[in-house]
Amino acid sequence: MILVVAEQRDDTLNRATWEAIVAAQQLAVNGDGVVTLVVIGALVDRVSKELAAAGVGDVLVVSDPVFKLYTPDAYVAVLSQVIASISPEVVAFAHTYQTRDFAPALATRLQVPLITDVTATAGVGEGTVLTRPMFQGKLAAEVRPIGLGPYMVTFQIGAYRADQLRKSAVPSAVTPVPFTVDHSVVRQEPEAPFQESKQAVDLSQATKIVAVGRGIKSQDGLPVVKALADAMDAELAASRPICDNGWLPMERQIGSSGQTVAPKLYVAVGISGAIQHLVGMKGARTIVAINKDADAPIFEVADFGVVGDLFELVPAIIAELKKA
Amino acid sequence: MKIAVCVKQVPTREWQPRLREDKSWIRDQDVSYEMNEPDAYALEEALRLREKHGGEVVVCSAGPVRVQQVLREALARGADRALHVEDDSLRLADPSVGAGALAGAMAGEQFDLVLTGLQSDDQGFGQTGVVLAELLGVPHSTIIMEINVQVPGSDMAPTDGQSLQVRVKRELEGGWFQWLTMPLPVLLTIQSGINQLRYATLKGIMAAKKKEIRKVSLAAGLRPSQQVVSLALPTRSKQTQMIEGSPSDAARELVRRLRDEVRAL
Repeated sequence: MILVVAEQRDDTLNRATWEAIVAAQQLAVNGDGVVTLVVIGALVDRVSKELAAAGVGDVLVVSDPVFKLYTPDAYVAVLSQVIASISPEVVAFAHTYQTRDFAPALATRLQVPLITDVTATAGVGEGTVLTRPMFQGKLAAEVRPIGLGPYMVTFQIGAYRADQLRKSAVPSAVTPVPFTVDHSVVRQEPEAPFQESKQAVDLSQATKIVAVGRGIKSQDGLPVVKALADAMDAELAASRPICDNGWLPMERQIGSSGQTVAPKLYVAVGISGAIQHLVGMKGARTIVAINKDADAPIFEVADFGVVGDLFELVPAIIAELKKA
Repeated sequence: MKIAVCVKQVPTREWQPRLREDKSWIRDQDVSYEMNEPDAYALEEALRLREKHGGEVVVCSAGPVRVQQVLREALARGADRALHVEDDSLRLADPSVGAGALAGAMAGEQFDLVLTGLQSDDQGFGQTGVVLAELLGVPHSTIIMEINVQVPGSDMAPTDGQSLQVRVKRELEGGWFQWLTMPLPVLLTIQSGINQLRYATLKGIMAAKKKEIRKVSLAAGLRPSQQVVSLALPTRSKQTQMIEGSPSDAARELVRRLRDEVRAL
């Protein structure tokens, strides 16, 4: 059995959960074929019904006021009990910030391997290998959990397609799980999540985006890329390091910690394509990559690639756009 | 406050991957190394907390002899001393072994605060900090954007001998954040961009030569939990059409295709 840990906030499902279920269904083919879901929260009626309606496997519900706001201590405490009581062969998660916050502690407490950020799986039993990026996506590693026992795996967001979910017309059962959590084990005292400020730019609605990365070297490189965005009638965006340096406001950041976009055209200028950036933009219809490094991971998702000096290429493209 | 910062030595960003013939790992001899960038932000945060609250910053790394380079650099930037768990086998350490090695070295030190980067730019497990917290038996939080050290029940800055807590700002996805409070000792993994990095001054580099790097031997009995079977260049998910020629030729061809072929302009 593969246990998928669903993620929710305020009884709204994190969509990446569906991708983790698709990955689990593919992995389950090699075992007994059974996928079970567990959802944790204070009130999770809507999420548990939504999961059950897909008919992919039993939905276990762990419900208690202590889970109203997520804490790693409460999640580790309860999941170690649930996992011990149902003994799944694999425990699967979406590779979200929340998973990253507690899954390594859970794996350590249960003394099982945890393989993170997995994009593909192959093989059965001892021969199981999991593919994950290494060196900022420059290489893909095939990794094997050590030992014959159960293991845990987190699946990269965007690596599996939610529309490939194998549903069943028969809804699955929703079952409350017995557990005890001593509230004194929870050492984090969380406050409610908040957004910094109302975002002035909604890049998710942009049809064209020109995004800039470390390749511009300094803030002085920004105007030339801004000119390209203007010439294309596109919004200007950036990868994380540009916003970290304060060269562009955080609200223009694309990637796992910023916005996720799917424009008609995405032009990545001087962006190498670290995985944290790719998850935010690989849904774009047409992707153009301009980079001096022919081996940059951005070229793996690009439709059109140009290798060269952006300070020569970008002005040439602007000149070309103005010709017509 | 006694602050530990864990730093990892990783290949430079400019490094072009080259594999061993058996594809089991990279060709180490081709690599030049630098401090893992998220760890550099953790170090900077530790130095700022020391400037504000006093105390000591101890930089810790687990790896072969070569990792002394990043320890020395951290000392030059202002760390007070270093712990080096030195063992050649740590080149390939997975999170269980890496965190286990660090936990062994840190056990006797009673740190108030342990900081790490949120993940490494090499293997990128994103686990070592959280595993280390579990091994040390201290609470943790990850992807931290701000740290405030407080006296419980007051907004006052701490004085010596009081029991302390931290209120930290954690980054969630998609532009959301959250504050949470934990008692010390605590482990935090630091998000890149939390501060502006400082670089070593000549004075710092000279001073670092006199600072202590204490070697610690690797604790026995640490077992890896995962193994790299092989490495490969990633397969392309799309057929990328590479456009070549001089900048003006490439620009003309790119604009033509975007206009006529995919009608994206």
